[in-house]
Amino acid sequence: MNILVCVKQVIDTGAAIEIKDGKVQSEGLPRVLNPYDEFAVEEAVRIKETDGESTVTLISMGPDNFKDTLRRGLAMGADKAVHLLDPAFEGLDSLGVAQVLAAGIRTLDHDLILCGRQAVDDDMAQVGPSLAVLLGMPFVSVITKLNLADDKKSAEVTRQIEGGSEIIETPLPAVLTCQKGLNEPRLPSLKGIMAAKKKEIAVLDAAAIGFDPATQGATANHITQVDLAKPPAR
Amino acid sequence: MSEGKQIWVLAEVLGGQVKPVSLEALHAGQTLGGELGATVTAVVATAPGAEIPEDVANCGVARVLHIQHAGLETFNSLALVEVLAPQVQSQNPEVVMMGATNHGKELAPALAARLGVGLATDCIEIHAEGGMLKARRPVYAGKAHITFQFGDTRPCILTLRPNVFRPGETPAGDAAPVETVTADIPENGLRLKVKEVVQAAGRKLDITEARIIVSGGMGMQKPENFQLLEELAEVLGAAVGASRPVVDNGWREYSNQVGQTGRTVSPDLYIACGISGAVQHLAGMSSSRCIVAINKDPNAPIFDVADYGIVGDVLEILPVMTAEFKKVLQK
Ligand SMILES: Cc1cc2nc3c(=O)[nH]c(=O)nc-3n(C[C@H](O)[C@H](O)[C@H](O)COP(=O)(O)OP(=O)(O)OC[C@H]3O[C@@H](n4cnc5c(N)ncnc54)[C@H](O)[C@@H]3O)c2cc1C
Ligand SMILES: Cc1cc2nc3c(=O)[nH]c(=O)nc-3n(C[C@H](O)[C@H](O)[C@H](O)COP(=O)(O)OP(=O)(O)OC[C@H]3O[C@@H](n4cnc5c(N)ncnc54)[C@H](O)[C@@H]3O)c2cc1C
Repeated sequence: MNILVCVKQVIDTGAAIEIKDGKVQSEGLPRVLNPYDEFAVEEAVRIKETDGESTVTLISMGPDNFKDTLRRGLAMGADKAVHLLDPAFEGLDSLGVAQVLAAGIRTLDHDLILCGRQAVDDDMAQVGPSLAVLLGMPFVSVITKLNLADDKKSAEVTRQIEGGSEIIETPLPAVLTCQKGLNEPRLPSLKGIMAAKKKEIAVLDAAAIGFDPATQGATANHITQVDLAKPPAR
Repeated sequence: MSEGKQIWVLAEVLGGQVKPVSLEALHAGQTLGGELGATVTAVVATAPGAEIPEDVANCGVARVLHIQHAGLETFNSLALVEVLAPQVQSQNPEVVMMGATNHGKELAPALAARLGVGLATDCIEIHAEGGMLKARRPVYAGKAHITFQFGDTRPCILTLRPNVFRPGETPAGDAAPVETVTADIPENGLRLKVKEVVQAAGRKLDITEARIIVSGGMGMQKPENFQLLEELAEVLGAAVGASRPVVDNGWREYSNQVGQTGRTVSPDLYIACGISGAVQHLAGMSSSRCIVAINKDPNAPIFDVADYGIVGDVLEILPVMTAEFKKVLQK
């Protein structure tokens, strides 16, 4: 199976943030692989380890420093990575990000797409389900269990709801967003870290994925930021 | 069909009952309707024959749009997108909003992508100015609030954080007319099969829906001591929450975890017992209306967000509190 995992880099949630000119001053702050995306990477790597034949490809859209995050996922055991990198991708709203990812994913083989439940910086929890719709795939969010059918044509997943859970069967390919409880993400081993250095990170720009900056860039955003501030004091 | 500007509020109805957060969304819809000069339509999607709860029809909405299909017996966002998209396209509401439940959080981004429109999730404040819609929502684990303005595309889609848009005592109005639509869902909208809905054991109130939460951290010291929290919760009609290490230790279920990797809650009262107040915990509860912290360390960061603080041993304080509340509440 070709498993794609969408990963994002975020500022470590433990870090104190400063806001200046409507922006979080991210310079020098520690950055990590989005914690929910760790569950997604871990699950993909476990599937591969279990069946001994699947390929795990990470995909991320973001600036150059996102490579560190891709390396981290590779060190956890992913096979390769695709970095969607182009100035035209800057300043997109979440639907725009989902469009870029969808365009990138269409150029890759995929039988299963895993995302995190949400990115812990912008916290929109939008990209997974939006991406699925753009790709015409079924989707289930906040899953805490994933069982693939033997023929890998479908999966049974458990998703958290208020006061309980649902057990859902979905055909594949599908987009699933991963929640805590799905697994315990591993810490990369030294061997994994060394191996990751040699793994491929392919860079794709707007032209390579058929993304038109004029019609799909930030000017096409449906929402704009008008304020970013510390919450009012209690 | 309704004339003029419309706001659609998707109400989650299950077993003849509407979710509290949906009533909050209906209430918020009406406030926004006042600002936008729009009427509110409550949209309910169910299997054929399901009843519309009274509180949905008579909470002041202009009409109820009852969409029916056998595939909507259980919540199914894939099916709902297929059902809602054509309705929205033909009736052009200005706004579509719903509670930020796990279901709402899944449906809203799917619908936004399907319609190619803007979305703001988990909003804590919404208002309209000169016809422009603005929404405020927490980001960076609640360390900042961002305000978005929607562009020209319609509808604007919003999900609302539970417990934030609480209605006051609204006098029950007349029952709104119900329009029934029998939906047609294409095959690909029915690809997901909900095989089972598992209810969590016991009477337990879900923490995201509770008005009062008593929450325990590592300061509770061992799992047995959570009984003290259960007792206080019983007296207050509260739900019991927990910090992450408590859950990681297997003392409490994951569904009780409050925080960034757990649940986001906004109760009227959050009593943090033996919780240090790490930023990831605050992410899940800092929008609570009143926060009470009990901690033996006067420098614990939880006191920075607490409205009331009690410095002392939680194991001693809890039984006293429970006894006093019992007296006051005459239980
Ligand atoms: C007007 C506007 C301008 C913005 N400008 C910028 C900007 O200049 N720079 C900037 O960094 N952000 C910007 N953002 C924020 C950016 O839109 C979000 O980071 C992005 O939409 C993803 O949303 P999220 O982080 O909430 O992810 P969520 O929807 O919460 O993410 C869910 C999951 O989707 C996947 N995912 C999310 N993002 C990515 C990604 N980039 N690559 C791969 N997988 C991903 C992950 O699996 C993640 O767990 C802007 C937002 C708006 C509204
Ligand atoms: C990516 C990431 C995500 C995370 N997500 C979450 C999350 O969702 N939720 C969450 O809660 N945490 C989360 N954490 C963990 C978080 O950083 C803290 O470690 C955690 O919240 C601490 O839990 P605690 O307050 O129960 O324990 P501690 O920090 O150990 O605090 C225990 C407190 O109890 C007090 N105490 C001890 N004994 C007593 C007594 N007898 N009486 C009164 N007070 C006493 C102590 O003074 C102390 O303040 C996350 C961390 C990371 C890195």
